[in-house]
Amino acid sequence: MGRTLLLVELKGGNDGLNTLVPYADPKYRELRPAIGVPRERVVQLDERVGLHEKLLPLMESWKAGDLAILQGVGYPYPNRSHFRSIEIWDTASAASQTLSEGWVAQAFNGTPRAKGIGVDCVVADTNALPSTGPSLRTIVMQDAENFLDQAGAIGAGSGMSDDGNPALAHLLAVRNEINAAAAGLRDRLRAAPAPAEAYGQEFLLGRQLDLATRLLAAKVPVVAIKVALGGFDTHANQAPTHERLLSFLATNLAILRRNLIAAGRWQEVVVATYSEFGRRARQNASAGTDHGTSAPHFVLGGRVKGGLHGVYPSLTDLQDSDLLHTVDFRSVFATLARGCWGQSCDFGLRQPQRLDLLV
Amino acid sequence: MSTRLGRRGFMEAAAAFSAGMSANLWMAPPARAASAMGFDDARHLLARTSFGVTPAEIRALESIDYPVAVDRLLDSPRRVAISSAPAWVGQGPAELRRRERAAEAQRKQAADGKQSDAVRPVQEQGRELKNWWVAEMIATDQPLVERMTLFWHGHFTSSLMKVRYPASLFRQNALFRREALGNYATLLKSVARDPAMLIYLDGMRSVARQPNENFARELLELFTLGEGHYSEADVRAAARSFTGWSVDRESGQFMERAGQHDDGEKTFLGKTGRFNGDDILEILLSHPRTAETIVEKLWREFVSLKADPAEVARLAALFRESGYEMKPLMRALLLSPAFRDPANRGTLIKSPVDLIVGTVHVLGLPVPEKTGLVRMLQGLGQTPFDPPNVKGWAGGVNWISTYTLLLRQQFLRRMIEATTVAPMEGGMQMASRPNRRADRREQLPPVDGGGMQMMEPPRPVEGRSLRNAGEEVRLGSTLAGADGNLLLRTLLPRQPIDGVNANGTAGAIVASALLDTTYQLK
Repeated sequence: MGRTLLLVELKGGNDGLNTLVPYADPKYRELRPAIGVPRERVVQLDERVGLHEKLLPLMESWKAGDLAILQGVGYPYPNRSHFRSIEIWDTASAASQTLSEGWVAQAFNGTPRAKGIGVDCVVADTNALPSTGPSLRTIVMQDAENFLDQAGAIGAGSGMSDDGNPALAHLLAVRNEINAAAAGLRDRLRAAPAPAEAYGQEFLLGRQLDLATRLLAAKVPVVAIKVALGGFDTHANQAPTHERLLSFLATNLAILRRNLIAAGRWQEVVVATYSEFGRRARQNASAGTDHGTSAPHFVLGGRVKGGLHGVYPSLTDLQDSDLLHTVDFRSVFATLARGCWGQSCDFGLRQPQRLDLLV
Repeated sequence: MSTRLGRRGFMEAAAAFSAGMSANLWMAPPARAASAMGFDDARHLLARTSFGVTPAEIRALESIDYPVAVDRLLDSPRRVAISSAPAWVGQGPAELRRRERAAEAQRKQAADGKQSDAVRPVQEQGRELKNWWVAEMIATDQPLVERMTLFWHGHFTSSLMKVRYPASLFRQNALFRREALGNYATLLKSVARDPAMLIYLDGMRSVARQPNENFARELLELFTLGEGHYSEADVRAAARSFTGWSVDRESGQFMERAGQHDDGEKTFLGKTGRFNGDDILEILLSHPRTAETIVEKLWREFVSLKADPAEVARLAALFRESGYEMKPLMRALLLSPAFRDPANRGTLIKSPVDLIVGTVHVLGLPVPEKTGLVRMLQGLGQTPFDPPNVKGWAGGVNWISTYTLLLRQQFLRRMIEATTVAPMEGGMQMASRPNRRADRREQLPPVDGGGMQMMEPPRPVEGRSLRNAGEEVRLGSTLAGADGNLLLRTLLPRQPIDGVNANGTAGAIVASALLDTTYQLK
């Protein structure tokens, strides 16, 4: 069995410049006079960049060498609409292309999955696009008990005749999928131990990570689990909101890491953050930031090669006032698809970059 | 078999169901007088052209001639909504921006970590707009016009999420409504000048110096020809031709910026000239693929999941010959042998709008506050004014995933658990909730399935379950008095597959019909 990818969507567009701070660059102070993170509030990683101090809990992972930070992740001809840009990421499409299948599903096209437990992906937030496609069976559930109850109420559709009606055939197939997943998950989930350390309750992400931990601890063989943290669309008075989010994210990812180490599963998991875009280099007039382009992202896991990867985008060489990306997100996805599942997929990139992320 | 069995006849039929025998109430009826279409044709016509079917509606149709009924449906389409428009629909974008800034300033003033109650106009208007349309779909006396308005919205997509100017989406909706059963050529030409569309597909940013291809590409790929019938060079030529069509920033109305138009020579689909946008549209309207694209889509909307190419060609030819008039096309479609073929009954999957608006209509539910319904539509994947992307809603089998099927059942269970009608003699009246503000705050989290608890159910008149209320259960006026057989045949397009509670009360029969998988079909 391959590794399970835990995708963490940062909804709204996370401000990369105040996440991985280029604290030594004078241009940063000039672009961010009011909302720049002061040097003394940066956890320095090298002589140029450091983490926002609210991300301090991630330093455990950094020091253990299993936190990779990818710099400057984005794509050409960036789209600054939330819904369009997240769709570009989720479907690993070019900016000019509209695809309907998610990238995780695309990675498994032509590779039939074993029937196994009847589910390939669990989405604990509401956006299931990354795993949407005919190659994978995705279950969206925020709460395991609720899902099992509902699945019980709808009952199995097996043995019922569709009378050659394709719409009815589809409905019955989906019913069977729900039932197969519920059957595969019921005993494992009910037997799964509660996480050793409880997650925060301030955001739904806490509950989602709880479900993810149970699934992973129970060794449910899914290829991906997806969770999300919302609220990153910080157009005005950014600092308090952004700091609350970073703090919650770091604290709870650190809890996840400890829980999975305790459960002996950290080696089998790769956690990766993503977001529709970063934010405009220059702050706006409301002490916030508008929609931008590239941003850094985190990849954590027992077999992740820690450290800074790639190149921080230049703060002087901007395009339409935005950071140029230094690595295409599809290269990151191609690397994850190969490293987690042994699937080769270049997502339409002519020359995907090979990233040395995973052991 | 008569269309309405007596109580005893139904019990026998129902007993046969539960015994798993082959008695089928949905069998083709015997021939009858040529002038009366009968129950099944009437039910099918209504199921495909309105939202939800009631016994009274079937009764009104079943005894008349089928073509007469179709003509009546198309006779005089309502071109303006019944519901009064929200107050802000005349607002220009400049005014909206000013209000948005004022709300923002107020929020900042509140400061000290305390959230201000200042409502952001774009969000608030968007909410009102969605509620307005759902209310109109429930209230309308011409559901086919609503269906067609929704069809055009899914074809010529624009979304609030990108446009962020609700008044323009309202006006676009008024255009779709006006031409719902009007003329496609008129509609296409109006859409190309429609401010919401110019914002949504970046037409307003498209200038001679730097043509933006977004609208031109979708015009060819989605609105007219379809993929494979044009080249990249055609996209570029079309984009150049539309340069200069823009939106006035103060009023939000269409305007031509002549100075921004590229009036050079272009070659488009083999023709060469100093084309403008209208020339491009004329060339597209003279291309046979355009009519086929529309007919194929209408087929999947009204007839069956898979279009019949020969029939599409026939209907498309008729459509072009009529000068793209919608009424003759819809008439031919509804009279086509495929539409009336009993094998095509119950072969389409209800859209979320079908399911939600239709169920509210059939149960005769009063729903004073529409926000809960809109939220459910969002959860099920069909938020009005917010299609998922420029391709609109994929529809068909894509409506049903493991997630949406469970959410649909949950919605129906909520309707069942809270649907009996309050007795006249002063039964419990749910307290009305004048505090709309509190209501608003409650909706903040978007539909989030786990949080089914977050979803506010449509307000029940009384919280007694249809299933358990016993003999005294009262159905809404739409279903009251119908016997079990009639209820089943009205609610379901074909034989149920989950087994119907044969000995149940009327309420129990309605409940089991709504939860039967075949209720998802139309």
